[in-house]
Amino acid sequence: MTQSISPNQFTEILSPNLDTQIEVKNSIFRDFLQETLALTKRLFIQLKRRPSSLIAGVIQPFMWLILFGALFFNAPENLFENNITYGQFLAPGIIIFTAFSGALNAGLPIMFDREFGFLNRLLVAPLASRFSIVAASTIYIITLSFIQTAVIIIASAFIGAGLPHLLGLGAIALIVFLIVLGVTGLSLGFAFALPGHIELLAVIFVINLPLLFASTALAPLSFMAGWLQIIASLNPLTYAIEPIRYIYQNSDWSFASVVMNTPWGNFNFVTVLCLLLAFDVVILLSIKPLLSRRFA
Amino acid sequence: MSDVITLKNLQKSYGQVKALKNISFSVKTGEIFGLLGPNGAGKTTTIRCLTTLAQPDSGEILVGGVSAITQPKQVRQKLGYVAQEVAIDKVLTGRELLNLQASLYHLPLSLAKKRIDQLLNLLGLQEYSDRQTGTYSGGIRKRLDLAAGLLHQPQVLVLDEPSVGLDIESRTIVWDFLRQLKLAGTTVLITSHYLEEIDALADRLAIIDQGEVIAEGSPSSLKDRLGGDRITLKIREFANFEEAQKAKEKLSSLSFVEKIIINQTQGNSLNLIVTPKSNPISKIEQTLIENDLPMFSISQSRPSLDDVYLAATGKTLIDAEIEASNNRDLKAEKKQAMK
Ligand SMILES: Nc1ncnc2c1ncn2[C@@H]1O[C@H](COP(=O)(O)OP(=O)(O)OP(=O)(O)O)[C@@H](O)[C@H]1O
Ligand SMILES: [Mg+2]
Repeated sequence: MTQSISPNQFTEILSPNLDTQIEVKNSIFRDFLQETLALTKRLFIQLKRRPSSLIAGVIQPFMWLILFGALFFNAPENLFENNITYGQFLAPGIIIFTAFSGALNAGLPIMFDREFGFLNRLLVAPLASRFSIVAASTIYIITLSFIQTAVIIIASAFIGAGLPHLLGLGAIALIVFLIVLGVTGLSLGFAFALPGHIELLAVIFVINLPLLFASTALAPLSFMAGWLQIIASLNPLTYAIEPIRYIYQNSDWSFASVVMNTPWGNFNFVTVLCLLLAFDVVILLSIKPLLSRRFA
Repeated sequence: MSDVITLKNLQKSYGQVKALKNISFSVKTGEIFGLLGPNGAGKTTTIRCLTTLAQPDSGEILVGGVSAITQPKQVRQKLGYVAQEVAIDKVLTGRELLNLQASLYHLPLSLAKKRIDQLLNLLGLQEYSDRQTGTYSGGIRKRLDLAAGLLHQPQVLVLDEPSVGLDIESRTIVWDFLRQLKLAGTTVLITSHYLEEIDALADRLAIIDQGEVIAEGSPSSLKDRLGGDRITLKIREFANFEEAQKAKEKLSSLSFVEKIIINQTQGNSLNLIVTPKSNPISKIEQTLIENDLPMFSISQSRPSLDDVYLAATGKTLIDAEIEASNNRDLKAEKKQAMK
């Protein structure tokens, strides 16, 4: 197979590089960027060749909108505050729930990589930081979430939920990003910590729907039992849903607007953003030791 | 020559199972070093500790003078790793996988492209490079994995059982390639449970058994250390132990016989070590006849690595394999029963 290659070329191609300074010469930041882009590219190649997950990911929120909308179709007018329809009320909940579910599943491909041994390829490589794995997954999920969000926003507009202004859309994107970042980190943390995909699926199963129902996605706080109000007011999803709902209902919103009322006080837009950011920081810090773990 | 890899007193347990009891050996720069042992001996566990995938309970691992335990990232840069099970993403093409690998080792783009083309060419992979790896045969996958392991020009290429599951032709290609690699100056560490593979490739080897190194040296020095020729004698196809014991006693008195081991796992056959050039077979036959003992078969050979293993453990490598696979099944069954 290699007749056409001279011995000299063999030596050139196969000789070791004894320059041990390579890793010092490159900047950590550039290395991080390079590995993140490469890992992201892999995820998008997979998506391109197996697009069914994207298709399902677009159809599903659509079905939520239609089904939940129909579920409360004959609810008395003015049941929800401010003279709004249930469709208007629901859209922000579906946006966040969809982004959340996608991010919660982010650990699955990593778990399968782990089980098939592909993850070893990443773990034996001198990565600048294993956070590049988190970064790549986040970029991937965020892209999917933005596509889904766009579909939901457009579909809701047709249902009569209205369309926020450009700045409002930007704010929605920022909130989706913050919730996706934290939840993706959480899911990857599980993928590194749990023994196998069965356990990971169990955790996803246990977290996913309960967190939906224990948030304000489907019903306002005032509808809930006292204890559930407290849980819903601790649920990060609520902190993402409420500001988006406010944007939908108040075209004159500002960063100082009070967007959330909880049993422990009212929060304005900036506070809510800071709390979401704090949620991300706490998660990323707490999964750091998991990422650097060595497996059995 | 200096040592590029040093393992000292490596220990690692999985719960009750002591996978590594005490592993020490060193690999010299530029050689092909073989780690030989039966299934379950601890080869993969040793390699996983070396490549920073697993953390040993205790012991030292140095690669080019750098500790794999305290400075894993620097060690990762120095090693190329070809795992026991080829791990490729079936959806990616060969070239896409190599591009990913190049970025994980931070090769500049132009260098990556050049090295990928060179290695694809060298390993005869050009025609496959733009097909998805899911369509590859085992041999082609292994070659792609070799290319991936060598992209960043590691000082040491570590291969865990590279020829398991390969057809003979692919195996020959891999062996030739590893010899080329050595000629070019790259150190190769290879594990195997095939004697022939280590005998054919390795400059030096360590034999490990049940998590311990039981011999280390060059194949010829290990064989020479065993002294004379081997004779395998079966008095019956399946002799009973008493009869074998009797034959052992009688034959021990012959002047040229250095040592006799009864191999209980192979029908109580007798393994004799005899002084070289003693022309022993006819004298053995005669002794058996004089003592009313039958003879089923007899063969003489130079010591092999299997004899090295036999001398150290009292069983052949094949038997150890069978034993290990039996043990493993038992364990799996127990686990199954507990569910
Ligand atoms: N993750 C694990 N959990 C529990 N036990 C393990 C684990 N990995 C290995 N072992 C045990 O450790 C011992 C050594 O296993 P190892 O895989 O290192 O052997 P090996 O020499 O590579 O064998 P093989 O030729 O089958 O690849 C075996 O008894 C095995 O059952
Ligand atoms: Mg193994």
